[in-house]
Amino acid sequence: MAEAETIHDVIQPAAAHAHAPSVAAHHHGPPTGFIRKYIFSVDHKVIGIQYLLLAMAAVLVGMLLSVLMRMNLTWPGTAWPLLEILFPIGAKGGVMTPEFYLSLVTMHGTMMVFFVLTTAPQGGFGNYFLPIQIGAEDMAFPTLNMLSFWVTFVGFVALIAAAFVEGGGPTGGWTGYPTLSAIGGKLNVPGMGSAQNLWWNGQNLWIISIAIFCVASLLGALNFITTLLNMRTRGMSLMRMPLTCWSWFTTAILALLAFPVLLAAGVLLFLDRTADTSFFVPGGLSDGTRVLTEHNGGSPILWQHLFWFFGHPEVYIAILPGMGVTSHVLSTFARKPVFGYRAMVFAMFAIGLLGFFVWGHHMFLSGMSPYTGMAFSVLTLTIGVPSAIKTFNWIGTLWGGRIRFTTPMLFAIGFVSLFVAGGVTGIVLGQTSLDLSMHDTYFVLGHFHLVMGVAAIFGMFAGTYFWFPKMFGRMMSERLGKIHFWPTFIGVYAIFIPFHIMGIVGMPRRYASFEEYEFLRVLDPVVLFVTIAVIITVAAQFLFWYNFFWSIWKGEPAGDNPWEATTLEWSTSSPPPHDNFGGRVLTVYRGPYEFAVPGAPDDYVMQTTPDAAEENQSPLVQGGSEISGNGHNGHKH
Amino acid sequence: MDTMVTNTRQAMAAGPGAVTVTRPVTPTRTARFGGNGPSGSNGGGSGGDRRGGGGQDWTPDRYRIGMWVAIGSILMLFTALTSAYIVRAGLPGSNDWQPITMPPLVWVSTALIIASSFTIVASRKALARDEMTGYERWLWVTLLLGVGFIGMQLLAWRQLVGQGVYLASNPHSSFFYVMTGLHGLHILGGVLALAFMVLRVRRQRGTSAGQGIDPKRRVATDVLGIYWHFMDGLWVYLLLLLILWR
Repeated sequence: MAEAETIHDVIQPAAAHAHAPSVAAHHHGPPTGFIRKYIFSVDHKVIGIQYLLLAMAAVLVGMLLSVLMRMNLTWPGTAWPLLEILFPIGAKGGVMTPEFYLSLVTMHGTMMVFFVLTTAPQGGFGNYFLPIQIGAEDMAFPTLNMLSFWVTFVGFVALIAAAFVEGGGPTGGWTGYPTLSAIGGKLNVPGMGSAQNLWWNGQNLWIISIAIFCVASLLGALNFITTLLNMRTRGMSLMRMPLTCWSWFTTAILALLAFPVLLAAGVLLFLDRTADTSFFVPGGLSDGTRVLTEHNGGSPILWQHLFWFFGHPEVYIAILPGMGVTSHVLSTFARKPVFGYRAMVFAMFAIGLLGFFVWGHHMFLSGMSPYTGMAFSVLTLTIGVPSAIKTFNWIGTLWGGRIRFTTPMLFAIGFVSLFVAGGVTGIVLGQTSLDLSMHDTYFVLGHFHLVMGVAAIFGMFAGTYFWFPKMFGRMMSERLGKIHFWPTFIGVYAIFIPFHIMGIVGMPRRYASFEEYEFLRVLDPVVLFVTIAVIITVAAQFLFWYNFFWSIWKGEPAGDNPWEATTLEWSTSSPPPHDNFGGRVLTVYRGPYEFAVPGAPDDYVMQTTPDAAEENQSPLVQGGSEISGNGHNGHKH
Repeated sequence: MDTMVTNTRQAMAAGPGAVTVTRPVTPTRTARFGGNGPSGSNGGGSGGDRRGGGGQDWTPDRYRIGMWVAIGSILMLFTALTSAYIVRAGLPGSNDWQPITMPPLVWVSTALIIASSFTIVASRKALARDEMTGYERWLWVTLLLGVGFIGMQLLAWRQLVGQGVYLASNPHSSFFYVMTGLHGLHILGGVLALAFMVLRVRRQRGTSAGQGIDPKRRVATDVLGIYWHFMDGLWVYLLLLLILWR
């Protein structure tokens, strides 16, 4: 794919303009026509918004799935007539079958992890703001960028389709563990993907969807890395980049190295399902009465290794952009430079690097040597160090600041809170001896929902409220934003703190109901409490959506720099013109977070503001006319 | 040829307040491609990441970086397969691993792909000397060798099938088919790119006579060369893995 793009970009314009070969392939005027402008756009800003809208659709689905799960857990066996219309087999008579519940779990996890947590922070905000924050006109490979969005979209469609095909949705969970994911279709259990059709069953479509998503993510990562390395504007040295750019860069590297592994594993799993190979399916697999398949000799543990070699970096792919946004927003609204910028960068890289060496902590109970478990355990706990550096630096950034409690600031502080609350239980789960009893219980659910799920979502909320004025030229309602914040913040704690308690009591995850477990009856009120909290929290999100879409058309006009922020995206109009800076080439004179600089006229100094001594010689933006003259003299299409 | 034509942008990069340290312009690889022929005005930046311009000029660096990054991800794909292969081969308690004998045709395909690495270098060298006919001829040879490689791999599959060794026969044969298949797909991508470039040469021949060689063609040839060598090396590696680790 990559080479095709290269060739296309290299050759295409040259052929058309043999006389002006210096004109960049993507260097064109704004496109006209609806399809070129909004659908198959190569503008990174449009693509960023497309990613965000896709993530919003996915998060809506994922959220409603979690409501369905709560309904079944709280009121098992109840008939929900509406459900039968949508899923006549999975919810016969409106009562969810356990298999249907399992497919809800799978769809919820896959939807959220891939199409929300991976898509929005990186594909959405990263796409929109990485080029602008480094002063570039667009991504390095705009056509590739468009392609990566639309490939992602195809993956999304495949995943949705997986839920509706004959035989029911995928049931392997977002981790797709064999043997269930490998032979589910062959067992002839209704609702387990047991379609007559060998190819178009839920679990196959799940694998196809994930494989497509892998390819799209790789294309995106390629673009991000090249853009950041190659397209920074004058004076934008690496250590002058906003921490958001660092986080997208780290995330892109993680994606680049992790997704191919999942792709390879997916190919092997797909062959196990469709071509009777034995990569992951062990021999002599039996349900107690008969041998189930012809397979021999494979190893389900092999899948776990491959999956988690991808899966653990994936967790950081979800959370790192949130860390970047949080640092960015905290500094802006505390009116202070980020505390320990360098340490933040190195901590981010350390987290990314360590993320590749801890996958085994997901498999403590899969049967591994105690020594291996020990090594993974120690490495896992080591991640606490860079995480703590980041947390202390966030607090250091807030300390003594003149804090402006805007909505994005509230969500950024919420991020820190959730990251700490979810992170400390990682210390518990990272130890083999404690994990023995916590593994596969609601304690794990509580841990990762707080730290990678909700914290990352809070990062996205902070990013949305913060950058909305730049993206749409209008402010979101602060009042609605704060009304949205509090129920969300309290709500997620009300949901996930009880999860920890349920886990300690011993409630296993992925079970469709707990009616038959006498020792869990004591938790009934907690289960009900959580469900009520879920409904309230989910309802509060519609305030966000209302605010979002209302503000696009009706919000107060924002101006170029409503937050009095310093980075390059605030040096251009809101929304930015097609080429981001209207033909100007910005020069960067300083680091990204120069707030409260002694002697400066305002309490913030933009990155484009020259030093006082040079002010006479060099205008704020150099040579705008020269550049536009130089840059715009050719190729427009 | 090796002089970098100074353009407005570079002059500005050295201007007041610019942070970029003006380095003496040395004939780097970048400069060689960027500063060639009548199109030298696009500069090529002073080393990629320090360049100004907000991405308004294309730089050869962009495509080279992109290719290396892409190679990084392809490498990870085959690293994952390798580790799966090694684990599966040494799986305790599993006795279904039966090493297959390599179909003889893989040696032919190996010879073809190694030869193609030399021919693509020849085409690049011809382009560096501005010899379009030699360039085109070697590109054609490389393309044919690439197509030949894919054909030989497919025939090698037929040979295996003839021996009664299928995808699901045993884990070693499964990995053989998967690895050759995925590698073949990547070669196919390279072949399509080669075909595209060859056809472009033909189409351009009438129009751009006397215009000098488009620097983008040089970059495309360069980048494709990197990819092709990588695919060549990858195949030799895969073959050695499949033969030696069994």
